[in-house]
Amino acid sequence: MQDNPKSLFEKVWDAHEVGKLSDGRSQLFIGTHLIHEVTSPQAFGMLRDLDLPVRYPNRTFATVDHIVPTDERNEPYSDALADAMIKELRKNCKDNGVTFFDTNTGKQGIVHIIGPEQGITQPGMTIACGDSHTSTHGAFGAIAFGIGTSQVRDVLATQTLALSRLKVRRINVDGELAPGVYAKDVILHIIRVLGVNGGIGYAYEFGGEVFDNFTMEERMTVCNMSIEGGARCGYVNPDETTFEYLKGRNYAPKNWDEAVSHWKSLRSDPGCEYGDVVNIRAEDILPTVTWGITPGQAIFVDQNIPIPAELPEKDRATAEEALEHMSLVPGAPIAGTPIDVAFLGSCTNGRLSDLQEAARYLKGRKVAKSVKAIVVPGSQVVAQIAEQQGLDKIFTEAGFEWRGAGCSMCLAMNPDKLIGNQLCASSSNRNFKGRQGSITGRTMLMSPLMVIAAAITGEITDARKLFEIGRTAA
Amino acid sequence: MALEKITKVVGTGVPVMGDDIDTDRIIPARFMKCVTFDGLGEFAFFDVRNNEDGTPKDHVLNEDRFAKATILVSGENFGCGSSREHAPQSLYRYGFRGILAESFAEIFFGNSITLGMPCMTLARPDLDEIAATLKADPTTPVQLDVLNRSVTVGEREYVAGIPEAAREGLIEGRWDPIAELLETSEQVDGVADRLIYV
Ligand code: SF4
Repeated sequence: MQDNPKSLFEKVWDAHEVGKLSDGRSQLFIGTHLIHEVTSPQAFGMLRDLDLPVRYPNRTFATVDHIVPTDERNEPYSDALADAMIKELRKNCKDNGVTFFDTNTGKQGIVHIIGPEQGITQPGMTIACGDSHTSTHGAFGAIAFGIGTSQVRDVLATQTLALSRLKVRRINVDGELAPGVYAKDVILHIIRVLGVNGGIGYAYEFGGEVFDNFTMEERMTVCNMSIEGGARCGYVNPDETTFEYLKGRNYAPKNWDEAVSHWKSLRSDPGCEYGDVVNIRAEDILPTVTWGITPGQAIFVDQNIPIPAELPEKDRATAEEALEHMSLVPGAPIAGTPIDVAFLGSCTNGRLSDLQEAARYLKGRKVAKSVKAIVVPGSQVVAQIAEQQGLDKIFTEAGFEWRGAGCSMCLAMNPDKLIGNQLCASSSNRNFKGRQGSITGRTMLMSPLMVIAAAITGEITDARKLFEIGRTAA
Repeated sequence: MALEKITKVVGTGVPVMGDDIDTDRIIPARFMKCVTFDGLGEFAFFDVRNNEDGTPKDHVLNEDRFAKATILVSGENFGCGSSREHAPQSLYRYGFRGILAESFAEIFFGNSITLGMPCMTLARPDLDEIAATLKADPTTPVQLDVLNRSVTVGEREYVAGIPEAAREGLIEGRWDPIAELLETSEQVDGVADRLIYV
């Protein structure tokens, strides 16, 4: 049967649709379910109240990441609440036969880092997790999205969810990125162009030369932040880069050739219809920094902080609120803004390649005296390989603290927090008020290399100038 | 599981205006160290309402005259950010039973409907007018008519939006889909068997 050309999204959705529900939504089968300690205990509680078992325990994988301390190894942790949550997850997994990448397995880490790392994340899957950055897994050509706790309950109890189908927006980034411009800059730029709510109702399909040339880790960085643009999921069509990454990983399919030929059939067909197509030129993207309290409030590092009166009317009130919170001067250059803390980590930029790239430039340099700098590997595996490569030494010799795996200062549910109105140069994904643990704390999002540059100079700095990377693009 | 049919929400409202009010603001992460949602109500908008030293800020949610409000009125992209159900759970436990905004972030919207808390969209000028009405008189009755997609504030009636699936679920008493999802276990096995992975 020769069907109409379809997008990967439609193919995957159709293969997982159990049927239609009475309200018109789809009942969608969830192939792989990931859980962590913060959004799952209430769901297990609901299951107990309803006296329901976990329907497919082998399709759920668990880890601890959000609250786990990164500077303390032994339990009980000094934070009793955190300790209780980890024990609750451990018990729920044991009672229900769910695989748990516990802290003593050498495989623990941020849920969106370990899924791919273990080869659990694969093309063509539907993946759900009680965490909005589940969109990360779309880098493999999976349809992956964040869900609430009641939905975690639904997946545990039925392995399905009630969902409305999304439209697909194709985002092409063609051309070549200038030296010193990273995947993080690409997604910050996309969010800036399309808005923080531009993606509502859409899945983002990322493509074009830049994505073809990206490594899996770079693709993950972009898909990770789809949700910051309002898109619940983002994905890249699987290709040789994808297969190469997965080959030989713990959970990679044993019937490899069969899997690969199936995965190849999942790519969006030429001529398939998109709800919308957006074209962006790689040359237009420069190192980007946020100045506000939403990830869309971003500018290039060589630009000036916006003057609210010059912005479109609808953006002014939020801009004023943002500038007041950030204590930034409208119209002043963003470069030169002094920072207090540098944070390298998170599910956006806490992978091996992020640490390698940062260490390459950090080597032999020192963190400014005024700056507290921490580097938090995204997983125990990342930490281990980084240590084998001596990256930890480069970081500590420069004045960074080298930590254990976890979310850490990305959301500050563990002891890593900003104090007062400290300003943090952060490789994470959210600059919301209070996000990094202090109500008055300030966050500026940027690429790992820009974090390193800020750590060294003690202020927001164009990493390309500091490290003499390429020539400044026009 | 027979659920209440939610065709209307009647109460009074409080305007918390602004765009992109994110889930970290609705419930700061430090209050998510809990294994049940009980007790989250008191932490709703905690840092919006309180200073660092714990003293209350000058904020509408701290005004006595809005203390009994059950309907929250806000701006664009309400509930953006994290998927944490702690956000709508804390609003619900705080006492809110309905939310009006220009638009909602998707995950937040779904989470709220599953709790039986209707979220309806209105045009910005209408929201601004409602906010002004409520500020002038917090006792003004507010009614969300889910069935007919309208909102009445005092004497004024406004056109409101809610996607059909959510409307249907609320008015038919099926806003929590678990019962229906449990009905199809054979078909679910069928799909699982056909899949080419795991
Ligand atoms: S690193 Fe940050 S964004 Fe990622 S899962 Fe952890 S808390 Fe969420």
